[in-house]
Amino acid sequence: MSAHAERASLFLVDQSRSAWHDQAVWWVRQKRDRAAGALPEWEELRDQASRIKAHALSRLADYLEEFERNAIRLGARVHWARDADEHNRIVHGILAERGVTRLVKSKSMLTEECHLNPYLAARGIEVVDTDLGERIVQLAQEPPSHIVMPAIHKKKEEIGELFREKLGTPAGMSDPQKLTEAARAHLREKFLAAQAGLTGVNFAIAETGGFVVCTNEGNADLGASLPPLHIACMGVEKIVPRAKDLGVFLRLLARSATGQSVTAYSSHFHGPKPGGELHIVIVDHGRSKLLAREEFRRSLQCIRCGACMNTCPVYRRSGGHSYGVTVPGPIGSVLAPSIDAGKHAGLPFASSLCGSCTDVCPVKIDLHHQLLAWRAELAREGLAPAWKLVAARVGSLVLRWTWLYRLSGWLARRIVPRLPRGLVFSRLNAWGRGRELPEMPRDSFRAQWRRRGKP
Amino acid sequence: MGSREEILERLRRAAPPARELPAVRRFGDRILDLRGQFAQSLQDAGGQCVQVPSAGELAGALEQLAPYREGRRIASTVPGVPRANVRLPEIDDPHELRDVDLAILPGELAVAENGAVWITDRGLRHRVLPWIAQHLALVVAADALVDDLHEAYERIEVGKGFGCFVSGPSKTADIEQALVIGAHGPRSATVFLVG
Repeated sequence: MSAHAERASLFLVDQSRSAWHDQAVWWVRQKRDRAAGALPEWEELRDQASRIKAHALSRLADYLEEFERNAIRLGARVHWARDADEHNRIVHGILAERGVTRLVKSKSMLTEECHLNPYLAARGIEVVDTDLGERIVQLAQEPPSHIVMPAIHKKKEEIGELFREKLGTPAGMSDPQKLTEAARAHLREKFLAAQAGLTGVNFAIAETGGFVVCTNEGNADLGASLPPLHIACMGVEKIVPRAKDLGVFLRLLARSATGQSVTAYSSHFHGPKPGGELHIVIVDHGRSKLLAREEFRRSLQCIRCGACMNTCPVYRRSGGHSYGVTVPGPIGSVLAPSIDAGKHAGLPFASSLCGSCTDVCPVKIDLHHQLLAWRAELAREGLAPAWKLVAARVGSLVLRWTWLYRLSGWLARRIVPRLPRGLVFSRLNAWGRGRELPEMPRDSFRAQWRRRGKP
Repeated sequence: MGSREEILERLRRAAPPARELPAVRRFGDRILDLRGQFAQSLQDAGGQCVQVPSAGELAGALEQLAPYREGRRIASTVPGVPRANVRLPEIDDPHELRDVDLAILPGELAVAENGAVWITDRGLRHRVLPWIAQHLALVVAADALVDDLHEAYERIEVGKGFGCFVSGPSKTADIEQALVIGAHGPRSATVFLVG
């Protein structure tokens, strides 16, 4: 079993809980459907978004230089990091130089990917995640299980218990309104005490040198605009060429993520606040390698909306933690092997290849094709699980020889139903775990076709 | 070679064949009732839209708003607000805004499709004001209503200072998908459409 399958089976032990998770995530998918369906130009927007991103990726170095030039002109400091380690060192350097020991952070999948929090904590800097979901998982010492809804796997009673323990709220409090109010009071203090704020970047605009951060809670703005120092961390792929491209992306992002027509706050930062400092850290961390791979580079178009997770039958039933990576779900299963193919070899197999992810992706990443391409790539590199290779070889053999195909069909129809249950539902039959086999038809399809007469 | 040069070099080497940048197009003015649609979109986003026939009637309309009537500290960058009592130009440290009950700001433009209002930090010394205040009111001219974000980006100036599309109050659904208004920022957002 792959690491993903093992962790998923643990998640599935509590069936009512996994069914609840499935429904909670599916509900978000339905909201997305309503929002997308309300726009007649939806498909055209997706097409435009995909083409703008493809163009930006084809000229990424030029656009990053343009972005940097304009950002510096506006008074920002720009830093470049080859990898996670350099990113962490740069951020720590900026903070240490100014004696910062209290940092508030809004959601940034990049800093999760770089494991910035433990790096800074080990160096005496208190890092407080301020997005409510992120704060919940931070207090619980867990990674986020979803990129848009980090604590989607947690029940309100568990959050109540967590808050009682960590924030001193009354026992038994589980009303989301009251819990959010408690978190608001707790985080206000953190915002007011912070000496610096760190945000991610949703879109960086080459022609203006600014960037956009989208939140519903307003936590990015409190963090970025209250303390004197703002650090924004972005992957190289966040570039859009023009400000007007944002019309396309902002219309797609929130509708795809949560079914809202736009996030509550889409903040456009251009230069530091008066009297403040703005530092932008541009990070590669494997993205240039991914860009070089023709069959996988489209995954760099991702705008991190999470729609592919919400629709994925595997994600919904296995939970975000089963993936063991910062970005789970279909997009995560495409991105992770490009960072470390050996460690994440199981992820491209955590898919039924149903293609729903591809259908909902607002920037038209061919996700299920990429998952399939990864399987082939892993097999070439000798990283695919041995039993899957054996199964694929047997399948290939059966499909190549007509007589063998017919014989297999006959065996399945005539012999399998007579075999003892213990043999059919042995450990080798993964399908039979938790499922019955379908009832075997009496005749083959060919025989039925002949009997009914050709059209 | 420094990191900057190395990253740019790697990206140039990896660059796919040139792809054309598509022209961004408008999808036409399809919303017939811009005011009605804006009010609906804002309501969907958890906010409230109030129509005010003329600028002279703003003060009266504000009196209908509880945070205005009852708020002890009111900060306004909109002229003609009688109860405004926070002297913003005299405040050096934005932390002093921590107990502002209501912030009143002008909006440059309002977007019918999503209830968003474009605000900037022009004339606003502390850009944190709309988020640190407990409640938010925005004042926009009704003739500054546009259909959608495409049209909005044609009208606004992006690239000078700070700007934000504000659509409703601060909200979260991070606990079991239950929508809660008032996560970190304003607990309510009211947009006064003037004219």
